[in-house]
Amino acid sequence: MRIVVASGKGGTGKTTVATSLAQVATEGYAVRFLDCDVEAPNAELFLHPSLDVHLDVGVQVPRVDAQTCTYCGTCAEICRFNAIAVVGETTLVFDDLCHGCGSCTWMCPEQAITEHLFVTGTIDSGITPDGIAFARGLMNVGQAMGVPILRELKKRAPAATSAATGVRRALEIRDAPPGASCPVVETMRGADFVLFVTEPTPFGLHDLKQVAAIARELSIPAGVVVNRDGIGDDAVDAYCAESDLPILLRIPMNRCIAEAIAAGRTLVETDAVYRSQFKNLLERILTEVPQ
Amino acid sequence: MKQLVILSGKGGTGKTSVTAAFAHLASPGPFADQIILADADVDAANLELVLRPERVNTEPFRGGEVAVIDEDRCAQCGDCESVCRFDAIVETDAGWLIDPVACEGCAACVHQCPTESIAMQEQTVGEYAYSDSRYGPLHHAHLYPGQESSGKLVTDVRQRASRQALDEQRRLVLIDGPPGIGCPVIASVSGADLALLVTEPTVAGIHDLRRALKTLQHFGVPALVCINKADVYPVGAREIEAYCRANGIDGVGRIPFDPAVPGAMVAGEAVTAYRPDAPASLALSAVWERVVAALSETPAGSHDARVDQQRRG
Repeated sequence: MRIVVASGKGGTGKTTVATSLAQVATEGYAVRFLDCDVEAPNAELFLHPSLDVHLDVGVQVPRVDAQTCTYCGTCAEICRFNAIAVVGETTLVFDDLCHGCGSCTWMCPEQAITEHLFVTGTIDSGITPDGIAFARGLMNVGQAMGVPILRELKKRAPAATSAATGVRRALEIRDAPPGASCPVVETMRGADFVLFVTEPTPFGLHDLKQVAAIARELSIPAGVVVNRDGIGDDAVDAYCAESDLPILLRIPMNRCIAEAIAAGRTLVETDAVYRSQFKNLLERILTEVPQ
Repeated sequence: MKQLVILSGKGGTGKTSVTAAFAHLASPGPFADQIILADADVDAANLELVLRPERVNTEPFRGGEVAVIDEDRCAQCGDCESVCRFDAIVETDAGWLIDPVACEGCAACVHQCPTESIAMQEQTVGEYAYSDSRYGPLHHAHLYPGQESSGKLVTDVRQRASRQALDEQRRLVLIDGPPGIGCPVIASVSGADLALLVTEPTVAGIHDLRRALKTLQHFGVPALVCINKADVYPVGAREIEAYCRANGIDGVGRIPFDPAVPGAMVAGEAVTAYRPDAPASLALSAVWERVVAALSETPAGSHDARVDQQRRG
């Protein structure tokens, strides 16, 4: 079972919801948490994992053997990302532009190309005090592409262990990046449920519509958490009603919550009321997913 | 002509509310009729919601290509699947299919297909728009959900904005930036004269501010920092100010938590126009004064020449 917490817009409380959901889920599940916001991962600030395993990840970029290369230019011609240029008797590779598709390697008539890992980020993982198997992707500053890191994060993050807890069902929670473009799609791919966190303002609604369209396209069932309930208008409610998106939880606008989050506490740590509310939320999600 | 970009590292810190306030504050005084607005957050373009501009023109934006299999020619060999590194080729009851969402457009499958049954197809991935707002012309765009090429679209929006500024000899391009530090952010800061980072005094805000500042440093763009909702967690606000001092970055003010800000958002107005006397509005006016002063100190024209060259070349 894989649940993605997404929002379209940044700052609506994705991480707030995802971390609290993970904490209550540990009561019944072997939980794995993936922080997929590789540009600004924040979940570790709330779940406090000991990030003791590090893995360099990135893109397999081509290296051209100057002895074998005949400068025929095939590699540059077939590269769709302008990552290779042949200038006179030099074959230049622009690592930043390479998507690591391997076309140049396969198409080189001289087999002069080998591939090497161009490190664009890391995957750091470890266990949290609650026993959550935690992993985050972190993109190196100055890099443009987060998706390759995300792909590796989904594949290579360690599984939740159930050794200490007996045989338990596995539950994965993914904290998505903001926006509605490729990194969000990659986060949602393969998920069983998407939980949207939104705020009841025109900004929240506008961006919720964008990200809801992706879940629809991927045919993933979805539900909504309205955060900072009470600050804006009721257009989000109207939209959810007309598009069959169940509102599963409302978190009121409350200065105490804002202060607690600012200080790095999760919602369920802040107020016991939220422990039962998040348990209900998790149950609601499980009933929404076709088994 | 100067280019000011509003950034945050993290989303939801109030970039768009600040940009809209600046657009309003710039409209009288020395910047009257001098600004061009650009919304570079093409994933979640919200400036339009505040400025309620009148749409003048829209154009489709063509992004990358995706591979498409011609079922009639496909021999079902599966060679395409074995070369695809993006898991975009899936076997279904109806044969091999390409998942357009996963496809990176690399064409590796096209080259490997023995029956030449795969072709690349250009995609319309979004829409560029030009509008008239009450505070000046607005260049914005909308990337269709789930599409790639947001960096390219951001570049397109920015180039159109700076061209218009040059053509009409306007003095300031005000850019509402995207969140994060990746491809669209890089596209929105390269060549900017000054960046204002809007941050929040939370553990997450501080964490992201550091990464955003490093990104700006990497691209050589000078940065100012203002703290939004500063009074929610004063300890964090002081920590940010100390961090800025230690790193030689100017803090240009604190904006208090103020219900007038979401109120303005719902009303579709800049908060400084909606309630000029609200605490957030007064703070924003002070921040704007400092940003204008800092802008006047940045050397002018270095990128004007570059843009000019691009237009000729």
